[in-house]
Amino acid sequence: MSIFINKDTKVIVQGITGSVGLFHTQQMLEYGTKIVGGVTPGKGGTEVEGLPVFNTVSEAVKATGATASVIYVPPAFAADSIIEAVDAELDLAICITEGIPVLDMVNVKRYMQGKKTRLVGPNCPGVITPDECKIGIMPGYIHTKGHVGVVSRSGTLTYEAVHQLTQRGIGQSTAVGIGGDPVNGTDFIDVLKAFNEDKDTYAVIMIGEIGGTAEEEAAEWVKANMTKPVVGFIGGQTAPPGKRMGHAGAIISGGKGTAAEKIKTMQECGIKVAETPSVMGETLVSALEEKGLLESCKTHKANV
Amino acid sequence: MNIHEYQGKEVLRKYGVAVPNGKVAYSVEEAVEAAKELGSAVTVVKAQIHAGGRGKAGGVKVAKNLDEVRTYADEILGKVLVTHQTGPEGKEVKRLLIEEGCDIKKEYYIGLVLDRATSSVVLMGSEEGGTEIEEVAEKTPEKIFKEVVDPAIGLQAFQARRLAFNINIPKELVNKAAKFMIGLYTAFVEKDCSIAEINPLVVTGDGNVMALDAKLNFDSNALYRQKDILAYRDLEEEDQKEIEASKYDLSYISLDGNIGCMVNGAGLAMATMDIIKHYQGDPANFLDVGGGATAEKVTEAFKIILSDKNVKGIFVNIFGGIMKCDIIANGVVEATKQVGLNLPLVVRLEGTNVELGKKILNESGLNITSADSMADGAEKIVSLVK
Repeated sequence: MSIFINKDTKVIVQGITGSVGLFHTQQMLEYGTKIVGGVTPGKGGTEVEGLPVFNTVSEAVKATGATASVIYVPPAFAADSIIEAVDAELDLAICITEGIPVLDMVNVKRYMQGKKTRLVGPNCPGVITPDECKIGIMPGYIHTKGHVGVVSRSGTLTYEAVHQLTQRGIGQSTAVGIGGDPVNGTDFIDVLKAFNEDKDTYAVIMIGEIGGTAEEEAAEWVKANMTKPVVGFIGGQTAPPGKRMGHAGAIISGGKGTAAEKIKTMQECGIKVAETPSVMGETLVSALEEKGLLESCKTHKANV
Repeated sequence: MNIHEYQGKEVLRKYGVAVPNGKVAYSVEEAVEAAKELGSAVTVVKAQIHAGGRGKAGGVKVAKNLDEVRTYADEILGKVLVTHQTGPEGKEVKRLLIEEGCDIKKEYYIGLVLDRATSSVVLMGSEEGGTEIEEVAEKTPEKIFKEVVDPAIGLQAFQARRLAFNINIPKELVNKAAKFMIGLYTAFVEKDCSIAEINPLVVTGDGNVMALDAKLNFDSNALYRQKDILAYRDLEEEDQKEIEASKYDLSYISLDGNIGCMVNGAGLAMATMDIIKHYQGDPANFLDVGGGATAEKVTEAFKIILSDKNVKGIFVNIFGGIMKCDIIANGVVEATKQVGLNLPLVVRLEGTNVELGKKILNESGLNITSADSMADGAEKIVSLVK
């Protein structure tokens, strides 16, 4: 088991003929993801990598039975692409695009109210269920199938965490990048809830960063509801206030959204927080040991 | 992106938001000329820098005649203002806003911000005008009122009125205040603002509701469709290294330390600063070279890091996913050859093609210290710059 995606998930690629979309389509196919088609307005009827290209998402869904979409459309057009995916009633839309104007996302979120589609991202690496399905831009080979769920606002920091887990012989159930934008689809709590209900996930690692209060809200949720151990890390402990640290959402403003505040709340809610990014794996191992879960989370031989 | 107060007021005027008459001046002569044109009984001379707290730092003066305008303009132009937002080095004043004075009856606060929790724009108001909203939020949070705006229909008149009543704007001026707020909201969404703060909003003796100050920030992701706003950009207010970095699509922020950092990914870049600090070092910058870095980008990144004279060593921390380690290694070798690096350089490579990347670095004959992990790399660079 896993969350959001598995070996049967049928995926279409919005923006499949662009250079980024095409490159990652090849990578996803190589990983074994069931890509069933793509969408580029005006290129309908052509083929890419042996896959049919459609003019609209609804046509693509009708012809292929896809239930998920991944969006590699440039920022000026990405909000429209998300709305098109929602309109086509897909279960899942994963938006990789970075740099979407935030007020466009405000409109997207408003439009999505009451609709069935789950949006992951934007500005995220995507979602991967190791050995089954990779939707996004993450390097597949660092992942190993297993029982630890990963949820993160940062791409490379997710890779770092996954790598540390794999090195320690601990596989992952699903890794979800929720993205670094201030307004996004799926949040920490949505993912934690799904991991809590997934019988194959035994523990979760949650990676946050400065800006906003999503980590604090998630920590409160964990305290009240989570039956599985959660460990965490917060990036940006040394970031100066008022400066946007790469991600649109990573900014301390008006004294709010500091790492110290987040870490404090997480610890108060029973989440073990890794002191440095190089001990995320170690911190999880120690939490698993405490709960007697280490052996059941070991999926392969460690190499450290 | 930030703009100056006088520019913000220009934007607001176009949306029917009342602001005092005023003109920008780059010299003392221009300042006096502007004051003559305004012909008001009292003239305000205001320093234009991208930072708040100007009044307390002596950057805002009220002149009663043209001689005083001349004196104050002369005093403020060229002055380095140090406020709580400029940092200890302060900012030199190069532009003035010459504005008509007005008869202030009471000051209020009005602001529009993006609220992450509701994914909406929120209108905030308080009758504690002139004070920073963070301070009000801390000391008297009950004095802050909010209205969440539904993006489908925009800010409604009743919401604006309700806020005006809540902050005790005189009832005969509530409709004027509501019109002001709706204009401000329209400007916010049409111009892709990220913050619009009017502090203070004033009620005047002659029954007007006006923006005495205006702080507008814009979403940099939306500037492609806001050409007129982009034209307001004042490069002199920005860090030279940050401007250079933005030309190459590198995300760079200057910091005070002496260890230059080059990392891929914003989260990892922040975490790299954190781990340097953990080992008692001080990062000189945040630098995310992005997912699609080329040898050329890496070279430019190196040049920018080295243009910071405080830098005593460099830590390259790369988790190659889509970006392959051999490309980074080639970039590092190329860059060090071009710029003639003679500072300690620690490189940590992990991910796709890592062995090939390490081989390129080892065979380059360059003095590069390689690290096995983030922690190892951070420890090594900290000890090398000591």
